[in-house]
Amino acid sequence: MSAVDRCGLFRRCGALFALALALALALSIGGIGSSWAAGYYDLQPQKIADDTYVFIGAMENFSFDNHGAISNTAFIVTEDGVVVIDTGPSRLYGEAMRLAIGKVTDQPVAQVYITHAHPDHFLGNNAFDDVPIGALQGTIDAARQIGGDLATNLYNLVGAAMRGTNAVVPTQVVKDGDSATFGTHKLQLIGVAGHTAADLMVYDATTGVLFAGDIAFHDRAPTTPNADIDIWQKTLAATEKRDFKWLVPGHGPVSENSEPLKQTSDYLTWLITHFQDAAAKGDSQAEVLFDPLPPRWSRLAVEPGEYRRSVSHLYPAIERQSLIDAHAEIDPKAAGQGS
Amino acid sequence: MMNRIRTVLLAAALLAAPVVASAANTEVPEDPLQSSQWRYMAAKFFRNEPVVFDERVKVEAPAYAEDSLNTPVQISASGLEGVEHVLVFADMSPIVRVLDYYPVKADPSIGFAFKIQQATPIRAAMKTADGTWHVGGAWIDAQGGGCTAPSVASANPMWETRLGETEARLWSTGADQRLKFRVIHPMDTGLAAGIPAFYISELTIADADGQTLARITPHEPVSENPVFTVDLDVDKPVTLSGRDNNGNRFSAPVQGPSS
Repeated sequence: MSAVDRCGLFRRCGALFALALALALALSIGGIGSSWAAGYYDLQPQKIADDTYVFIGAMENFSFDNHGAISNTAFIVTEDGVVVIDTGPSRLYGEAMRLAIGKVTDQPVAQVYITHAHPDHFLGNNAFDDVPIGALQGTIDAARQIGGDLATNLYNLVGAAMRGTNAVVPTQVVKDGDSATFGTHKLQLIGVAGHTAADLMVYDATTGVLFAGDIAFHDRAPTTPNADIDIWQKTLAATEKRDFKWLVPGHGPVSENSEPLKQTSDYLTWLITHFQDAAAKGDSQAEVLFDPLPPRWSRLAVEPGEYRRSVSHLYPAIERQSLIDAHAEIDPKAAGQGS
Repeated sequence: MMNRIRTVLLAAALLAAPVVASAANTEVPEDPLQSSQWRYMAAKFFRNEPVVFDERVKVEAPAYAEDSLNTPVQISASGLEGVEHVLVFADMSPIVRVLDYYPVKADPSIGFAFKIQQATPIRAAMKTADGTWHVGGAWIDAQGGGCTAPSVASANPMWETRLGETEARLWSTGADQRLKFRVIHPMDTGLAAGIPAFYISELTIADADGQTLARITPHEPVSENPVFTVDLDVDKPVTLSGRDNNGNRFSAPVQGPSS
């Protein structure tokens, strides 16, 4: 817009418009960019151990109201910089994390670890592209293949808080058994699977905090879009045997014991048994959707929503197995006879 | 005496029923789902035939389609007698007609999954012997893309050797039986670039004597490798036969319940 045009506007709209324009200019000069992030995401770090803080996510599904901030993210302050575990759902969330971290420490962020390639855990990577972002190879592959779709999908679900978010692929490959030392903090990287094909847990041997990612859900229904339930159960059983003082689940409150692991395992056991029973009765997929949940599970946050999502993820294969089993019982020759 | 009571009850039921649009009165009832397409749908499918929204016609479907390639739906109508034809359609689908079901010796109930392209009502219209269409439905929200996505099979030529393979099972429900079966088929809609429409166009369920118990006419939106669940009014083994729009035929016997 030229100076002449602007004068024309002033003349037509009068002093009120001029005042508004001046105010807008003053605000934009005042660095409104960073306060956008703070406006969407009011992140309050919860200190759970020495140098260790968690941002607890809303125990909800994605919505315009929560701007996608539904998972737990965390950071550890060390003399060698800050280690961040998961970056949240969006660029603005990642920026809000850095603002909140800056209020706790002057240490710069040194390292990011991503637990797995789900959109609420890694789409904040945009705000951390100046530091190494470590993840398992499977997480890197998934972020590369479907990251763009996940970001688009999330934009539809949570709206404008997603603006400026691209799926930044993690830049550093980490492996199960790797260790890393930052200041006095000795970190062990634990590569597992089950919730997705590649799940990273980070254990801080110095403080005894286990960052379990979405291997563990606590008082919030587990999600299953990329889950392999058998592998997940094996991972949960192995994790219960580990020593830790604090467990940070991917969703829900931090725990001093293995309750989130047990709860997640019990839920998955119930879910699969329920689906197998329904399939054995001949229930159709849509009928299973509306089954009532037992009280222990209907109490979980985001139920029955997550149960119904899991019907789509898990029931078709179980239903199909019930048809194949029937063939085996009756007459193997009758199975699959096309003509 | 009984007949008179019945007549009175029937008249009362008719009076209590929602507005019926007849050939003489082409008024279409207000859509409880408030779809912008309803009047077009009514004109397309019901012409001048009487149509009512009927709460007995149940359409169970998720409020949100988690998998746009496999959106489950269960249709039923307990208490509605004499249903000859069940028409399932989705107002906002690029191919509106999803499936036709003709229960001969069967309940007007069918479960299956379909491909959803965008948020849409999914409706079941049941034509009873008196010629009236009874309609029920539900909205499904969706990210979509199901109808214009290529089938999984189109990327893997293995399906050619297994086309028409069937897995089926019967469950005894007292004097009746539930039949569930799955047929290997790509069910390509023709809307994915470079892949022509290729779908099962007819399925017949018959008894051992060849008497038809039910017929299903799936259309393009029905999901790949479809699973159908129907409730038959017989307790004996059945046979399944069908063909697709390319003329491939397939058939399979289904034994009785194993337990």
